[in-house]
Amino acid sequence: MKKEIRLMKGNEAMAEAAILAGVDAYFGYPITPQSEIIEYLMSANTAERTGMQVLQAESEIAAINMVYGAAGCGKRALTSSSSPGISLKMEGISYLAGAELPCVIVNVVRAGPGLATIQPSQSDYFQAVKGGGHGDYKLIVLAPSTVQESVDFIRLSFDLAFKYRNPVMILSDGIIGQMMEKVELFEQQPRLSEPPEWATRGKKPGAKSTVITSLHLESEDMEQVNLRLQAKYREVEKHEVRFELFRCEDAEVLFVAFGSSARIARKAMDLARSKGIRAGLLRPITLFPFPVEEIRRLAGQVSGMLTVEMNAGQMVEDVRLAVNGRTPVEHFGRFGGMIPGPDEILEALETRLEEWHQKQPA
Amino acid sequence: MAEQSIISPENLVYKKTGVMTDRELHYCPGCGHGTAHRMLAEAIDELGIQSETIGVAPVGCSVLAYYYLNVDMQEAAHGRAPAVATGIKRVLPEKYVFTYQGDGDLAAIGTAETIHACNRGENFLIVFINNGIYGMTGGQMAPTTLPGMKSSTCPLGRDVLTMGNPLKITELVAQLPGTYYVTRQSVHTPGNARKARRAMKKALEYQKENKGTCVVEVVSNCPSGWKMNPVESNKWMEENMFPFYPLGDIKVPGKGLVSDGKNGS
Repeated sequence: MKKEIRLMKGNEAMAEAAILAGVDAYFGYPITPQSEIIEYLMSANTAERTGMQVLQAESEIAAINMVYGAAGCGKRALTSSSSPGISLKMEGISYLAGAELPCVIVNVVRAGPGLATIQPSQSDYFQAVKGGGHGDYKLIVLAPSTVQESVDFIRLSFDLAFKYRNPVMILSDGIIGQMMEKVELFEQQPRLSEPPEWATRGKKPGAKSTVITSLHLESEDMEQVNLRLQAKYREVEKHEVRFELFRCEDAEVLFVAFGSSARIARKAMDLARSKGIRAGLLRPITLFPFPVEEIRRLAGQVSGMLTVEMNAGQMVEDVRLAVNGRTPVEHFGRFGGMIPGPDEILEALETRLEEWHQKQPA
Repeated sequence: MAEQSIISPENLVYKKTGVMTDRELHYCPGCGHGTAHRMLAEAIDELGIQSETIGVAPVGCSVLAYYYLNVDMQEAAHGRAPAVATGIKRVLPEKYVFTYQGDGDLAAIGTAETIHACNRGENFLIVFINNGIYGMTGGQMAPTTLPGMKSSTCPLGRDVLTMGNPLKITELVAQLPGTYYVTRQSVHTPGNARKARRAMKKALEYQKENKGTCVVEVVSNCPSGWKMNPVESNKWMEENMFPFYPLGDIKVPGKGLVSDGKNGS
């Protein structure tokens, strides 16, 4: 089959990518701005195309637990939602992480807190990256900044989820979910044929039964599980960091931005360059694992860093941790569904630049 | 010596089913869970579907059901067993799937999952253990606690005006077109236990025909939570629980609703 190029909306492109990636089941509940995902799947005749099961659940809670059941059978299971719905899924996500089940959760982020607005935001960074649900766990978090990446990350997410037996979150937002771009679709992948040995598929005669659980009543046992999970997260940190650099070779100041903010920050970077400011941009692609080493390296090169986020300052904390005081790190954000423009980002940078230069030893 | 000589295959009248493990049960003395587990295990054994069965354990006293039931199992979050079972059955429709849930799990925190799984007619068996109390957490009020019945969170007895009435969720789900066979049983006497086993077996057989959700409620006792000895608790159950939760079929294939659950209440 030839690779197909289409003009697609981010949400619909992710849905098509799920079918092409050989996903076995999707369970979801409608919420703006991501309902196109289930709508697309429901009209795509997935049962005939690949045998993929698609079900509209009674709630986000039910949907994530359906994902748990299907994932426990060793199947590729997907769910999607937007911020308030992701909050509801958090219980199930903690159980999935605890039971070490692979699955993919798409969060097309809208502004918060509470019901807030359906407009785009990046204010779920903490929830996605720091755990969100109860207990010591990590999700692998991928942040697409184009419709193309939304497509590619569906497939990559399932690979990572099964490689590490861990839930993966795709942290999109209302801009990328709703906008249309050119995308190159990948070829149809087969659905999994051989179940992993840890999956519940019916006990083989004479074999021990398989149990999917996150319950370990004895503290000694539970601590060992926690240690094993932590060791896994360290492996993820070692092997799966992904980021993109723009004009960092000679940069004297650095923007750090992910997802749709990175697109705008890139424009601000070009504006800064045209004014003689040697700006660069680091775009984290994986938010966990975070590109700590690269940020640390650049901290020795630039006179300051500015994160651009559609939130009140979340990723900036991780940048500061990576930099560890070696260079100033500031945050510029718009929130509540407001999208920052390149001009105001540049203005924010120029204001900070004066401060940073004053701090420099003469 | 004499004892050893009579243990021979031709003299064996009872053999523990291989669908139960050898693990010692953690349930309190006299609790109905052990017998309910065994009846379900025997039903699976009689149908020869042990290797084709996947169960879902709840949160509550039977959270560790997978220690005892020798089939592949998944442990669900509190109340979510019907959603987890939906996920399993949708990707493995040829397997036999059951949930095993208590009253708090099924009729309080998991009400939405229960009703919607039944309404979609998800093709699995729900075994519902109703003892009118939260056993695992130490005897708090359940959605099925009887009016006036005492628990640690209604120490003066359940006041229906402020705490609501007990929820007859089994009669409720029997109303839904998605349920195929709905019955209420008990396991407190050998005869009742056998009937419960037959009901579970029938429900699992219907699964092969893809007929919809089957619900087998087991009205059971909780000697520890009720603060009674096992004999007293069974007597109290017969005198108080059964009038409110009458035993027998509620919805039967071919006949539809055969009981409105109102007798005696």
